[in-house]
Amino acid sequence: MALLEINQLRKTFGGLTAIEGLDLHVDKGEIVSIIGPNGAGKTTLFNLISGLFPVDEGEMLFGGQSLNGLFPNQVTELGLARTFQNVRLFPNMTVRENVMVAQHCRTKSGIFRSILRTSKFRHEEAEIKARAEEVLGFFGSRLVGYRFDQPAFVLSYANRRRLEIARAMGTDPTMILLDEPTAGMNPSETTELTGLIGQLRDDHGITICMIEHDMQVVRGVSDRVICLDYGRKIAEGTYQEVATNEQVIEAYLGRKATDAAS
Amino acid sequence: MAQTTKTPTAARPGDLAPMRQNFVDLVKAAKWGVVGGATATFVSAIGMVPDFDGRTLIDPFLTLGYLVLFLVPFAFGYMAARPPLTLEGQEPVRVGPRNVLAGAIAGMVTGLVLIVPTLVAVNFNLRSVFVNLSPAMADTLTLGQSLGVGLLLLIVGCLVAGAMGAGVNVVPARWRVPVMTGLLWVLTVGLLEDLATQLLRGLNLDALVGVFFAPGGGLKPLGAIIVFVLVFSLQLVFQRRPPRLKARYQALDQSERRRWTIILIAATAVIVYLIPVVLGGFMSEILDLVGIYLLMALGLNIVIGFAGLLDLGYVAFFAVGAYMTAVLTSSGSPALSPELTFWAALPFVVLAAALSGVLVGTPVLRMRGDYLAIVTLGFGEIARILFLSDWFDPVFGGAQGITQIPSPSIGPLEINTPPQFFYPIIVLVFVAAYISWALANSRIGRAWNAIREDEPIAEALGVNIVTAKLSAFVVGAALASFAGALFASKIGAVFPNSFSIVVSIIVLVIIIVGGMGNLAGVAVGALVIQGLPQLLREFDEYRFLLYGGLLIFMMLAKPEGIIPSRRRVAELHQEEMGQDAWLTAEPESELDEARTTPATAKD
Amino acid sequence: MVAEQGTRRRLHFDFVGAVLWLVRILAILAVVIGAFVSLTSGRLSAAAWLNFVVIGIGQGAIYALIALGYTMVYGVLGFINFAHGEVFMSGAMVGAFAANSLAQAGMWNSNPILSILIVLLIAMTTSTLVALLLERVAYRRLRNAPRLIPLITSIGASFFIQYAFLGLFGAQTRTYPALSILDGFIRVAGINIRYADIMVIGSAVVMMVVLYTFVERTKAGRALRAVAEDKEIAALMGVNVNRTIVLTFAVGGAMAGAAALLFGVVFRTVFFFSGFLFGIKAFTAAVLGGIGNIVGAMLGGLTLGIFESVGPSLVLTGLGIPSAHQLKDVVAFLALVLVLIFKPTGLLGERLSEERA
Repeated sequence: MALLEINQLRKTFGGLTAIEGLDLHVDKGEIVSIIGPNGAGKTTLFNLISGLFPVDEGEMLFGGQSLNGLFPNQVTELGLARTFQNVRLFPNMTVRENVMVAQHCRTKSGIFRSILRTSKFRHEEAEIKARAEEVLGFFGSRLVGYRFDQPAFVLSYANRRRLEIARAMGTDPTMILLDEPTAGMNPSETTELTGLIGQLRDDHGITICMIEHDMQVVRGVSDRVICLDYGRKIAEGTYQEVATNEQVIEAYLGRKATDAAS
Repeated sequence: MAQTTKTPTAARPGDLAPMRQNFVDLVKAAKWGVVGGATATFVSAIGMVPDFDGRTLIDPFLTLGYLVLFLVPFAFGYMAARPPLTLEGQEPVRVGPRNVLAGAIAGMVTGLVLIVPTLVAVNFNLRSVFVNLSPAMADTLTLGQSLGVGLLLLIVGCLVAGAMGAGVNVVPARWRVPVMTGLLWVLTVGLLEDLATQLLRGLNLDALVGVFFAPGGGLKPLGAIIVFVLVFSLQLVFQRRPPRLKARYQALDQSERRRWTIILIAATAVIVYLIPVVLGGFMSEILDLVGIYLLMALGLNIVIGFAGLLDLGYVAFFAVGAYMTAVLTSSGSPALSPELTFWAALPFVVLAAALSGVLVGTPVLRMRGDYLAIVTLGFGEIARILFLSDWFDPVFGGAQGITQIPSPSIGPLEINTPPQFFYPIIVLVFVAAYISWALANSRIGRAWNAIREDEPIAEALGVNIVTAKLSAFVVGAALASFAGALFASKIGAVFPNSFSIVVSIIVLVIIIVGGMGNLAGVAVGALVIQGLPQLLREFDEYRFLLYGGLLIFMMLAKPEGIIPSRRRVAELHQEEMGQDAWLTAEPESELDEARTTPATAKD
Repeated sequence: MVAEQGTRRRLHFDFVGAVLWLVRILAILAVVIGAFVSLTSGRLSAAAWLNFVVIGIGQGAIYALIALGYTMVYGVLGFINFAHGEVFMSGAMVGAFAANSLAQAGMWNSNPILSILIVLLIAMTTSTLVALLLERVAYRRLRNAPRLIPLITSIGASFFIQYAFLGLFGAQTRTYPALSILDGFIRVAGINIRYADIMVIGSAVVMMVVLYTFVERTKAGRALRAVAEDKEIAALMGVNVNRTIVLTFAVGGAMAGAAALLFGVVFRTVFFFSGFLFGIKAFTAAVLGGIGNIVGAMLGGLTLGIFESVGPSLVLTGLGIPSAHQLKDVVAFLALVLVLIFKPTGLLGERLSEERA
C-alpha cells in the first residue's frame, strides 16, 4: 500500500480550477519529485495535503488514514511534515527553539507539569533540547554551536532553508513534503542539499515528496518524477522518461519547442 | 553663523570623514514654538497648571504646576534643537550655540502664544465653555505679578526653558546622562516627598527629614543639591564600569550560586516583611492596590505578551473572581450563603474563572487580532452589565452589590488592615511571577511564542492552536481571579461599577508602558501607573488623560515599553535589526565553505 | 495563508466547531422562543412594535453615519480607529456650544434652517479637524507598523480626547436647545413618526448617497479604493497615498460631524463620555454590514438600530428576563460577537479591501 495516496483530487478557487482529477501516490521509502511550470498547482497540492485548504472533491490517504478535513496540526501528528516555499521561520525565536517547537505534537507536558517543574517535565525538556540539537547536527557544523542561541532572523538565506528542513525533521515525520528546497541556493549549496535529501531517506528512513524546479536536483535524487500542468498530471515515470516526454516539454517551453525538437 | 561646508569624500573604513554641516533651521524652531504654545495653552486650559500649583517641589521657587508649564517649552526647545541623525559611517554633526538659539526661539514663541489665553482669561468670561480660563489661571500664568510684568517674566521663563531644553543636545554625551538623571531624581524626590519622608521616618532617620525637606513642603534647596550631586556622581561612576551582575552570577559555579541564591531569597523575604512596617498604613494601602493590579498585569501579560491575544475585556475575569468570592464567603450573599472561608472558596473561584476563560476564548479562537480585541471588549462590558442587571440581581446583588465579605485569616491571625493585606498580596504576586517564568520557559511557552510570531506556521508544525490559546486565556483568567478574590476581601464588598472597562485599560497601560513579557517592567509599570496617582492626588483627576497620552507616546516612540524584554525589542524593531543583523552575525567559518566539495551528482 | 474555516472540519473531535454549533442553536432558539412568546402574548400592540422599529431606524441612521468613518479607515489603513467615537463626540459638544449661542442670540428658533446649517457646519468642521489631528499626530508614523500597534494607539487617543474634553469643558452634560419645528409628528400606519426622526433618516440617506457617489464615481474616490486595495501599488500608479489617507480621515470625520448634529438635535444631551459607547456600536454596525463597504455601513447601522430597539422587548422579555431594557447594550454587543463569529465578512461582504491575514 502506498504511504501517500491521492485519488481524483479537485480544487477550485472561485472560477479558477487549480487541481483537476489528480491521482498520485508515494510509496514508503521513495523520493518523488513533482515538477511543472509555474501555476501548475504544485504548492496548492501541498496545501491541500497538509490541511491548509479544504478539498472540493477527492480523497487523500496517508498510511491508510484519510486526510480530508484534518487540521494542519493533526496532519503533522500523523507523521506528515512540510516545508514552505517562502521560508517562514519564527524570526525572533532562536534556532534551537524553532526546532524545539516542532516537537510540540510529540510531547505532552501541560500547564500543571510546567508550573510544578516535575521531574517528568524536566526530563522531557532535556529530551526536547537534545533532540533539537541532534536534528540540527544533520547539517554539519552550520547550525550548531553558537548558532543554537542565535535568533533565526540573523541566518543567511541558505541557512534559513536548512533550518526550515530541520524544523520539519523535528516533528519526527514518516514523510516530508519539501516545497522547492533549493530555491535561491547557489550550485554548491544545491549539491550539498541534494546529498542531504538522499541522506534523509537513506539514513533516517523518511519518505520524501518534493516540488522542484532545478532539474539537476530532480535528476540527482528522485526515484520517480511527476509532472503537473494546469492542475493535471501530464507525465509520470523516471526522470529520463519524463524529461523526454513531449507534453512535458511543451508545457515548459511551448509548442514551437516541441516542433523544433521533433 | 553658517559652518563651512565640505562635501564628504567617499569614506574608506578607518577614514575620518569631515564634519557634516550643522544646519539649524530657525524658522522651523519658530514653528515648533507655535506647536509648543498650543500645547502649553492646552495644558493650562485643562486646569493642570493651577491644580498642580499646590505641590511644591523645591521650596520656594518650583511647584509642580510651574514645572509642568515650563516643561513644554523645554521639550519643544529640545525638539527644535535636535541635530540630524547620525547614520552608519557618518561623523556626528557638531552642535553649537546655534542649536541653543533655536531652542530659545522655540521657547520664546511658546511664551508669546501663551499671551493669548492669558489675555482672554482676564478680559472675557468664557467659563461657561472653557471652564478653566479663569482669572486664577491668568494669575498663575503671570507668575502672580501684574499683567505686563507677569507676561514678560513668562516669556523670558519660556525662553530660558527652551534654551535649556536645547542645551540637552549640546551637552557632551558623557555628561548628558548624569545631568539628566540627576535632575530627574531631584524632581522625583521632590514629587514623592511623602514617600521619602515616610521611608526616613520608618527607618528611624527622622533627623534627615529636616535636612532635605522644608516644613511647608518641597525639597530645601540644600536637599535638592545633595540629591543631585549624589545621583550625578553615582551615575558617572557606573557609566564607566557597569556592574554586570547577571553575568557574574551566571559565571559562578553550582554551590556558590546556590549559596548566593539563598542569601538573595532571605534578603528579599526580610525586605518584603519590613516594607509595610516601615512605610506605614497609608503607603501600605497604596501598595496593596498596586499589588492587585500587578497580579492582573502578570495575568494579562501571559495573554497578550506571551500568546499575542489582545484581550481588552480582562476585567471580566477580575469581576468573576471578585463576585465568586463574594457569593461564596459573604453572609450577605443573596441567593446562596455557603459562607466558606477565603481559602476554602479560592479553588472554586479559580475554577469559575477558568470556565469563563474557556467561555471567552472559544468564540474568538479563529478571529484576527483587532476583531478579537473588540469582541473581548464587548465581553467585558457584557459582564459588567449583567452583574448590574436586575436579571442577575437574585444571585449577584445587582446595583447594590454584595457586602459583608469577611476578611481572610491565616490560622489564628485575621488579615484586616492594609499592612496585613500586603503579605498575602505580595506572596501571590511572587507566585504569579513564578508561574509566568515557568510557563515562558516550557513547551507551552514556546507554543505561545510560535503562535504569536506566525500562527499558520505554528499550526502546520503540529501546535494545537485551540488548546494553546485556551490555555493562555485560562491561566490569565485564573490570575485575574486571584486579584479579584483579594480585592473583594480587602474592600469587603463588591459593586458592579468597580468592574468597568477602565480597569482593563489600566492593566493594559501597565504592561504596555512597563514592558511586555518582562517581569521587572510590569512591576515598574504597576508602581507608576497605579501607585503614582494614589500617592499624588493631583494626578488622579488627569489620570486617564495621562494614560491616553502615555499610550500614544509609547506606541510612537518605544512600543516595547520602558523596561523591555530583549525579544520584544527585536520583534518590534525587526526591520532595523534585520538590516543590521549582518553586522553582528558571526561569519560562517571558512571551514564550512571548504567542506562543500562539489559532490558527484547521482545519476 | 490562514486556514479556512467552517466548511470542512468534520473529523476528530472538533471542540471549537461543536461549541460554535451549540451557540448557533442556542441563539436561534432564544430568538425564536422569545419572539414567539412576546408576539403572541399581546403585551404590546402592533403599533407599539412599529414604533420601536421606527425609533430603531432613527437611532440606526446615526450609527450608520458614524460607522462610515470606521469602515473607511479600516478599509484603507487596516485598523480600528478606536478614537472615532471621540471624533463624533467632539462635533456634538462644540455643536452644543454653537447651538446654545445661537439660541441666546435668538436665532435658534426664529431661523431654524439657517441655524441648523450653521451648527452643522461647525460640528462637521470640528470633527474633521479632530480626525485630521489624530491622523497627523498619532497614526501617520505607524502606517507600516504591525496592526495591533495603531489599535492600541487609538485606544490611547480615545481616552486622551475624552479626558481632554472633560478637562477643558467640564463634566456637566451639555444640552441642545429644543427646536420647535421638530416638535410634531405625522401619522402613518397607526403610529406617530416624529419630524425629528424623519429629518435624521432623510439627512442620513442624503449623506450616504453623496458619499457613495463620491467613492464610486469620482477620481478621488477611485484613488481611495486603490489605496485600500494595495497602498504600494497605488503609489506606483501615481496616487498620492498620503493625501488620500488624509482625505479618508477627513471624510470620515465630516460624516461623524453630521451624525453629531443629528444626534444633538434629536437626542439633545451630550457629555464627554458620549462617544465611547456610540463608537463601539457604530463599529459593530460597520462590521455587521461588511467592513470597507459603504452601503454595508448603512445597512449595518439600520440593522443594529432595529436590533437594539426591538430586541430587548421582543426576545429578552419573551424569555422572561426582567428589565430587559437594561440589557440593550448587551444585545448590541452580542450582535457584534455573533456576526464576528459566524460571518466576519458581514452581511454584504467586505469591500474596500480583501481580508488581510
